[in-house]
Formats: sequence, C-alpha cells, structure tokens
Amino acid sequence: MATTVLEPAHAVATHKRSVLVEWLTTVDHKKVGILYGASAFIFFLMGGIEALIIRLQLVRPDNHLVTPEFYNQLFTMHGTTMIFLAVMPISAMFFNYFVPLLIGARDVAFPRLNAMSLWVFILGGLFLNFSFLLNAAPNGGWFGYAPLSARQFAPQMNMDFWMLGLQTLGIASLAAGVNFFTTILNMRTHGMTLMRMPMFVWAVLVTQVLVLLSFPVITVALIMLTADRTFGSHFFNMTSGAAGDPMLWQHLFWVFGHPEVYILILPAFGIVSEILPVFARKPLFGYSAMVFSMALIAFLGFGVWSHHMFATGMGPIADSFFSLATMLIAIPTGVKIFNWIGTLWGGSIQFKTPLYFAVGFIAMFIMGGLSGVMHAVAPADLQQTDTYFVVAHFHYVLFGGSIFALTAGAYYWWPKMFGRMLNETLGKVHFWLMLIGFNVTFFPMHFVGLLGMPRRVYTYPAGLGFEQYNQLSTIGAFVLALGFLVFIYNVLSTWRNGAQAPADPWGGATLEWSIPSPPQEWNFPTEPVVTDKDALWVMKRAAGVRELPEPQPVSGKGIHMPSPSWWPLVAACGILIFMIGIMVKRPWAFPFGPISMLGFAITAFAVLKWSYQPVDHAATSHH
Amino acid sequence: MRRSRALGWLLPFGLLCGLTLVFLAGCSGPYPQSTLSPKGDFATMVDAVFMKTVWLAGIVFLLVEGALLLAIIKFRGKPNDPEPKQIHGSTVVEIIWTIVPAVVLAIVAVPTVRAIFATAEVPTTSPDGQPPLKVEVIGHQWYWEFRYPDLGITTANELHVPLNRAIDFRLKSADVIHSFWVPQFAGKRDLFPNRETRIWMIARETGSFPSSCTEYCGLEHGRMDFYLMVDSAKSFDAWVQLRHSDSAVAANGTPFVPPATTTSAITPGTTPVVAAVAPGKNVKAPTPVVATTVAAVPAASGDPRVDAGAKLFQANCATCHSISSAHPQSPTNIGPNLAGIGTRKMIAAGWYPNNNADLQNWLQHYNDVKPGVFMAVRSLSDAEAQALVAYLRTRR
Amino acid sequence: MTAAVLDHDAAHAPEEHHTSFPVDNRKMAIWTFIGSECMFFASLISTFVIYRDSHAKGPGPKEIFEVPLVTAGTAVLLFSSFFVVMALNGAQQGDRKKLITWLSLTVLCGCFFVGMQVYEFTHFYHEGMRYTTNLFATSFFTLTGFHGTHVAIGTLWLGTLLKDAIKGRIPPKKALNLEIAALYWHFVDVVWIIIFPVVYLMSLGR
Repeated sequence: MATTVLEPAHAVATHKRSVLVEWLTTVDHKKVGILYGASAFIFFLMGGIEALIIRLQLVRPDNHLVTPEFYNQLFTMHGTTMIFLAVMPISAMFFNYFVPLLIGARDVAFPRLNAMSLWVFILGGLFLNFSFLLNAAPNGGWFGYAPLSARQFAPQMNMDFWMLGLQTLGIASLAAGVNFFTTILNMRTHGMTLMRMPMFVWAVLVTQVLVLLSFPVITVALIMLTADRTFGSHFFNMTSGAAGDPMLWQHLFWVFGHPEVYILILPAFGIVSEILPVFARKPLFGYSAMVFSMALIAFLGFGVWSHHMFATGMGPIADSFFSLATMLIAIPTGVKIFNWIGTLWGGSIQFKTPLYFAVGFIAMFIMGGLSGVMHAVAPADLQQTDTYFVVAHFHYVLFGGSIFALTAGAYYWWPKMFGRMLNETLGKVHFWLMLIGFNVTFFPMHFVGLLGMPRRVYTYPAGLGFEQYNQLSTIGAFVLALGFLVFIYNVLSTWRNGAQAPADPWGGATLEWSIPSPPQEWNFPTEPVVTDKDALWVMKRAAGVRELPEPQPVSGKGIHMPSPSWWPLVAACGILIFMIGIMVKRPWAFPFGPISMLGFAITAFAVLKWSYQPVDHAATSHH
Repeated sequence: MRRSRALGWLLPFGLLCGLTLVFLAGCSGPYPQSTLSPKGDFATMVDAVFMKTVWLAGIVFLLVEGALLLAIIKFRGKPNDPEPKQIHGSTVVEIIWTIVPAVVLAIVAVPTVRAIFATAEVPTTSPDGQPPLKVEVIGHQWYWEFRYPDLGITTANELHVPLNRAIDFRLKSADVIHSFWVPQFAGKRDLFPNRETRIWMIARETGSFPSSCTEYCGLEHGRMDFYLMVDSAKSFDAWVQLRHSDSAVAANGTPFVPPATTTSAITPGTTPVVAAVAPGKNVKAPTPVVATTVAAVPAASGDPRVDAGAKLFQANCATCHSISSAHPQSPTNIGPNLAGIGTRKMIAAGWYPNNNADLQNWLQHYNDVKPGVFMAVRSLSDAEAQALVAYLRTRR
Repeated sequence: MTAAVLDHDAAHAPEEHHTSFPVDNRKMAIWTFIGSECMFFASLISTFVIYRDSHAKGPGPKEIFEVPLVTAGTAVLLFSSFFVVMALNGAQQGDRKKLITWLSLTVLCGCFFVGMQVYEFTHFYHEGMRYTTNLFATSFFTLTGFHGTHVAIGTLWLGTLLKDAIKGRIPPKKALNLEIAALYWHFVDVVWIIIFPVVYLMSLGR
C-alpha cells in the first residue's frame, strides 16, 4: 500500500506517524469507511450475542436464565444496536468507501467533517454499550415510549444512556447527511449526470434526504426528553398536574422512526441494484423507474408514521388514511422487485457469492413486504401489533433485506477494499447457513405471533402452544450465528494468503473497478470522463475488450489530497464530554454542568482549529 | 446438465423447508391465546379481512418467488458464454407492473376501510337484547383492574363478561402505557394515563381465555396477564350476585358498616397514591345492596387459622389491597383488588395457578417469583403464610 | 455548529474546484443544513403550538409577553439581514470600508437581539415564569432558547469574519466565506419571522 509523503512544509510533523496515529488522524474516505465497517461489525456481533441470549432465555417457558431487568436491557440494546450501530454504520461504510469511487471523485466534499462523523459514531456507540458495565444499559425499548422513559418510572441512568447516546449518534448521521448530499450532487466527475449515476449512489442520495429531514425530529424529541429527565419539565408526562401528552412522543418518534426504516433499507436496495447487473452481465432493468420508485418510497415514507400507532385508537378516518398511504408504498416497492427480476431475466447469471446473497435478499424481502401489507390492513394490525408476527415481519425486511444485501455488498466489494479475494466455497457455505438459519429463526415467529405471543416479554407460560416455535427459533438463531463464524473464518484465512484481487474481478460496470485493488489514496490518477450509465462497460465496449488491462499504481505527484488532522477526533470527544456532562449534571444546577461546558469548549476549539488548518497537501507515491 | 445442477443446488433448501413444515405440523395446540380462531364479532370481522389478505399475499408470493426462481434457473450462465442481449427496460412492462400491484392493493384496501369503520363504533345493542355492558379497564404496573360502573363491582386480573353481550371497554392507565388485548374477541387498544380509549367485543363462546399486556410497560411486562371468563347469562348473574355480597365486607376484610349516605361510601379519605386515576370520576357509587347473604365475615368464622389469617391480612395487606368488590378503595390502592381471590383461576396477574402451594409460595417469595413487584411485606413464617392462604381461600 | 465546521473544510483548494453544479460545495452544504434545520424548528414550533394553552399554573402569554420590546428585537433582526447583504456586496466589490461598516452593524444587531432575549428571559424568571412552571413556559423557552442559540452562534460566526475583514483577509475571491455565513443568518431571521407571529402575536389573541 502506498504511504503518504507530504510536501516539505508538513513533512516534519508527519514523517514518523505510526500506524495508529495514521488511522486516528485519517481523513481519507476509504480509511474512514473501513473504520466505520470494522467498528460497526463489532457492534453487530454484540447485538448478535444479545439476540442469542434472548433466544436462549425464550427456549422454554418460564425460563430463568436471565432476570427480567437484564432481559429488558437486552432487547432494548439489541434493537438500538442493530439499527444505529450496525445496519446504519455498515451502510455508512459503503457510502464512505464507494460513493466517491462510483462518482469518480477523489474524496468526499468535507473530509474532516466526515472523520468527525466517524468518531462521533464510534464514541456514541461505546458510550451506549459502556452502560452494560454499570449494569445500567437502556431498558425502555428502542422506541423509548413516554412516560415509561420519564424520570418517575425510570429513575436510574439507563434511559439517560439511551437518550444521550442516540443524540450523539444523531449528530454523526446529520453531519454525514450534509456531507454526502453535497458530495453526490457536486463532486461527480465529468459527464456523470444525475441520470447516469450508479443506482447505489442514487440510493445514498435519497437516504441522505431522509436522514436530513427525519433526524432533526428525533433530535428535538430527545432534547425534550432530556429536559423532562434532567430539568424537570413535563413534555411527555403528566405527573404533578402537568398536561404533557405521551402521544406527542409517539408522533415525534415515528415521524422520525418510519423514514428511519427506509434509511435502513434503501442502501440495501442500492447495493443489490449494483450487484445484479454485474452478475447477470446485463444492465439494470428500468433504471429511471428504479430512481423514481425510490424517490416515491422516500416521499411516501414521511406520510405513514401513524401506522405504528393503530392500537392507540386514532379513530377510523386517521386509521383509513394511514392504512391506504402504507399500502401505496407497496406499489413502488413492487416495481423495484419486478425490475430486479427483470434484470436477471435474459441474463447470463454468474453464480458467485455476492449474487447468492443478492438473490437471497430479493426472496426474503418479498416475504417481508407481503407481511408488511398485512400490517397496513389496520384492523388486522390490531391483532398483529406488538406480537411476534411483527418481529417476524421486520426481521424479514431488516435482516432478510438489509443484512442480506449488506453481506452481498461485503462479498462484492471486499476485493476492492482489501485487495484479497474471499473464498468462494466458504462464502456459499455462509450463504446457506444464513438463509436456512434465518428462515428457521424468523419464519416460526409469524405463527407464534398469530397464536398470541406478545413481543418484549421475558418469558411465557407453558400451555399456550408457544414452546416448539420458540425452540425452533432458538435453533435457527445459532445456525445463523454459525454462518457469521464462517464469514469471520473466511476473512481471517484469506487476509494474508488469499488470492490477490485483480482490479476488476467480477467484470464490473462501474468506475471503482477501473483502478487498482485496493485503490491508491487519490483514487483516480486523472479524473475519469463518463459518457453513459455503466461507465466501465461503456469503456470496455469502446475498447472492444471484455477486460481492460490491469491498471498500474501511479505516482500521485501534483495531486492535492486533504491533510490528516487530529481535530475531528478532538471535536468528537468534546461532543461526548458534553453529553456525559448532561448525565452527571445534577450536582450543579443551571443550565449545564461544568463538564458540559468543557465539552462544548473542546468541540468549539477543535472546530476553530480545523477551520484555520491548511486544507490539503500535494501527495506523491512511494513504495 | 445445467438444470440438474440447479436442482441439486435447490435440494438442501427444499429439504430443510420440508423438515421445518413437518416440525411445525408437529406443533399441536391447544392455542388458547390464538388470533386465528375468533370467537367474537370484532375478531371475526378482523379475521375475515386478514384471511383475504393472506390468500392474496400467498398468490403474490408464489407468483413472484416463482418468477425469481425461474429466472435464476433458466438464465444460469457460464463464464465464457457470450454477452447476453443488453436490455435497458421497457416502458410498457413498467406500466403493467405498476398497475397490477395497484389493483391487488385496491382489492385489499376496500375491505380494510370497511372493517376499520365497522370495528370503530361500539354497538348500541347486544345480541342478547341487553344494553352494552360498560367495563372500565385500568392498567397498573403490572396488573389489571376491572370496574363495572353500572354494577358497582371492582375486581382485578380476572375479567368476567356475559355471553352474547356487547362489552363497552373504557380503558385508562394508572401509570405508563399498557395495551389491552383479548385475542379471540378483539384487537388491541392502548391504555393511556391521560386519556380514555375505547374498544368493544361480543363473545360468542363461553370459556376462560388467557391474555397479556401488549405494550411494553417496564420490568414485569412479561408477566402482566389476565384471564377473560366468558360466562353464560346465568353464571354471570350468579357471579354478579357473589360480588355484590362483598358489600357487607369493608376493604380491609372487616364487616362493613354502611355510612349514612351511600355516595360517600368510597370517596372520602381514600385519595389513591397513584394520582392519575381519579376514583371519584370513574366509579359510580355502588348500588347499595342489602346484604341478604352475609358472606364469611372473618370474625364469624370458626376456624382459628382463618381468623389468624384475617388479622394478618388486616395488618399486612389491607393498606394496599382491598378484599371487597363493593368497597374497592384500600388506603393506597397500589395493589390489585382481591375480591373473590379464593376462587380465582390464577394468581400473580394471570401467571400461577391458584392452588395453596403456589399461593403460599407467592406470599413468602413474591420477589423471586416476580422480581420488582411493588409488594412490600415483611417475610412471613410458614404458619403465617398458611393462615393467610386459609383466610384468602374463604374469599369467594 | 455544522455550519461553522463547513466554513473551511473543503476537499480541494478553491482554485482547482470542479463542481457538478455551478455552486460551491460549502454553499450547497449550508443550503442542505438549512433544509435540515427547517425540520428542527418545525418540530419545536409544532410542540409550542400544541402546548401554548397549557398554563393553568403560572402566567400565560397575555400576562407576560412584552410585545413592544420583542417587536423592536424583530425589527433589528430584520434590518440585520439587509446589513449583511450590504456587507457581502462590499466584500464582493473589494470595498473594505463598506464591508467592515455593514458587517459591524450586523454583529451589533445580533448582539442586541441576544441581549434582548437575555433580558426577556430574566424578566420572565422574575415574573414567576420559570422553565418548568407550565408547559407553555417550557415549550416557549425551548423554542426561543434554541432560536437564540442559533442567533448567538451566527453572531459569533459573523464576529470572526469581522475580525478577518479588519485584518484584510476577506478579499473579493473569498467573499464566499461571508456569503455562507449570510445565508445562515438569513435563515435564522426567517425562522424568527415565523416565531414572532406564531408565538407572540397569535398567543395574544387567545
């Protein structure tokens, strides 16, 4: 790998950077992406372990493996972790690493802001999980319904960790949202018009719009919850005669929460839309329909939040509106599924591991979509909501959907990121274990839910007919875990000795396959020129070859790249200190404790310092 | 050759699905909490539209998954195959597969909206000709309180309703949000501390049906269950009579001396600790029933164990628990009403069967049985616990 | 905060900027950020509207609001939007004197507005309207407090630019630095133009 040597002006300070310092100060979107992926994968494993403990507790009725308190912490943290610390940041890994490569750019629009997002995310995730060490992990559900989350009913600091942790993660998401929205709209290479962008880039763009418009709502809700819990206000509860309304929390939460669902799934749509054409050797079917359907899903996604609240009794008119709006979303979603099948149809399908996972994604997502339509039927939802039927449904869309697609993306882009090929056989073993384990875990949950088993119960009595379904789910969960062990083994065994990855192992259609694996710091020696969709296929066709000659590493002389900086990490630490200050605020009265003041000062100072730091340096290559 | 490889590839998955189905077929009932065997009007309406959706979804599932499967079998390629025809899409096809799902959804949408409106309004009459029976459901962490304002009855964790009668539930919470659900009879409805919500049911089959809280409500959400007892008209009347016999018993189990005016019977001096429920607002004063049959008043019992138990109850339990349906307000109103506890099906919010051993275990080790429960009693000796059990058994 | 972060953090040196749209990255980012902030204030304003009648305990809007003072603050904030346009004009023309004059006035306006709000909050506090007195007070302080924080950040931001301008570090080709801050400043003004009638004027008629 090429190391960075700086222009003489900066060379003194940076010449002896150790590997650790290099990673801590990096502003390279590829390194930031890898750090996102690595930390998110660790959080994903933690969320998985939480799930396995949950499954063990439920393996038989009236089980006493864990206490109810710990169980409640487990399911709260499992949900929070998988959403905010696994699926979102693993998607962010792909945004970071591949958006610039796919649009032919050398970096994101604001590299240091990008690094700050990363560190804020990592620190926020550590902060959330640190609560386990104090035996005070969040225990109010990932949705934190008031008034159960109020100080009156949750006097310990469990929910403080939750609200401040989520607030921290929200800052990371919003900063990244601004960054990627700007990057995609403004950093495209020559000829890369919007309607020539790879579908994954479209997915990221639409996702960022969702982030930018939905996260401020949860930010406000969490600010109000913080005020309630810390400063004694009554936004969401009605103790001591106040007129706070817990419904306000539900509305604010789901105005954020439903778009959040699409924030989790749209990147998956994008990844699958990249993989299918490459392995079917045929362009994506209905490109513009795919773009418009995605935009429509995002738009409608803001108008359906109350379908999470049918059981609150909103009245028949509201119920009908949200039922029908939710059903409408099924139309653009259906269009996407048909277009994926249309992409495969008539192709020459190459059965490599990424394709397995991509096809698995379509098959599982169809099932999740169909049970989703069942929820849209408001009266039926009154029976299904808060039962295991819902658990089955959203695992089919978030695991069968998002995780399958993210795994597909991992196998697809691994060679580009690390320069090694993963083992195909192990990859297929992983796929079968995951597909089987997934279905054995979650398919029975449909039944046990319809048979009346509620969600979020730490145990259930014998004699209601739930036993065998739960046993099956537990077995499936361990098969699933085995699948991921195979994946880890695959990574470890090929890390040093795996086959060297060529620049273009799959016959790719997009620009990232035109440069060496892994790419050099500056990505593209010269800015590529794009004349149509599937830019690399166009180039190959123009050259009349099936594979372009292997690109050689070049000297980056004269290419300006952003300089590494400590300030993003420092700014992120300041934000965390600010949040901790709110938590330990109580000894000091108004309005924030000195610790928060310190945190704010650190962040402000760091931001000022980076504002006046020189932006970039010219890079040269050295081997 | 190509086909057979594809089949070999699908074999393990098919085999596993088959095995799963066999295993699932082995899961046999009874499923007393199932939504799939509706026994009341509301649930039957819901089931009808749900089953319609299931059938449609099943057809769509087969068609779409079938198309996907066909595509990956039929268009399996080899690395050296020539490049397939490069098709970018087709507007006609896009229009078709936009319209087809829209039509399918319209088929679902119409009965959905119809069912939404049909289930929204509480019926004004019952199949048995009586006016709907009003039942107030109050969710507490972690038990259920049921009040019959027109009958002057309060009870907990065991809900009695008559067959063929429309039940008009008025739901409210004393603390956090809970959700009320009787799966065979109606959908869920959340209970809020600051507003009243409503749902209704008409039972078409007698029996006892378990149910659970279905909104996460804190530590013991998993054990906030209750039983719904659908009684025939005759046995419901008998139950009402039995509950009215409590009017001779004060909340703490001593014989009740009626105050001068009946309306003040339950309101004064009993401001509940849990402030969100204003008892005066929700509960009509009980109809003053002249106790024709004075049920076992502790002092009148001949069994010394029962008498000892009654004293223990008064000293240790009566602050939080009322033992009378007609005089439901214990001083703090924290614990569930225990009227008729001696003959209830379950104890500990629908969790343990109501036998002497379990009841004694609950009294002595409630915090192990249900950690975090808000009970706070000094530890009882075996003899004390047995005396309490003996006393509680007399409460029918 | 994000806005300030964006100020100097761009991938390429300005002279070799290639952007797909004829808009600088930082300008596009500030617009994006403003779009996101709209949802932030929309949520806060909605909450205030829901709770503005919840003042059974403690003073309500009619008893407490000092409309003349706030009107003055509103006017000052509105004028400051005009001043910053003039300052930007000066920066683009390379007219340093014009830039410094108008930018100083803008910063002064910002300071006045923040001062007005500090006075108002103190006054309310002494009148018995504290943060937790009732939900009207809580949602009022939360909404206007966050707006005030935005004004304060904007004032500080413009202040640092004023310092740069005095030191001659805002030549015409760096006028964009000021333009971005000005965009943010206009947004903060626009939010106040919604808050002023919704919070003060409409609450009086109730």
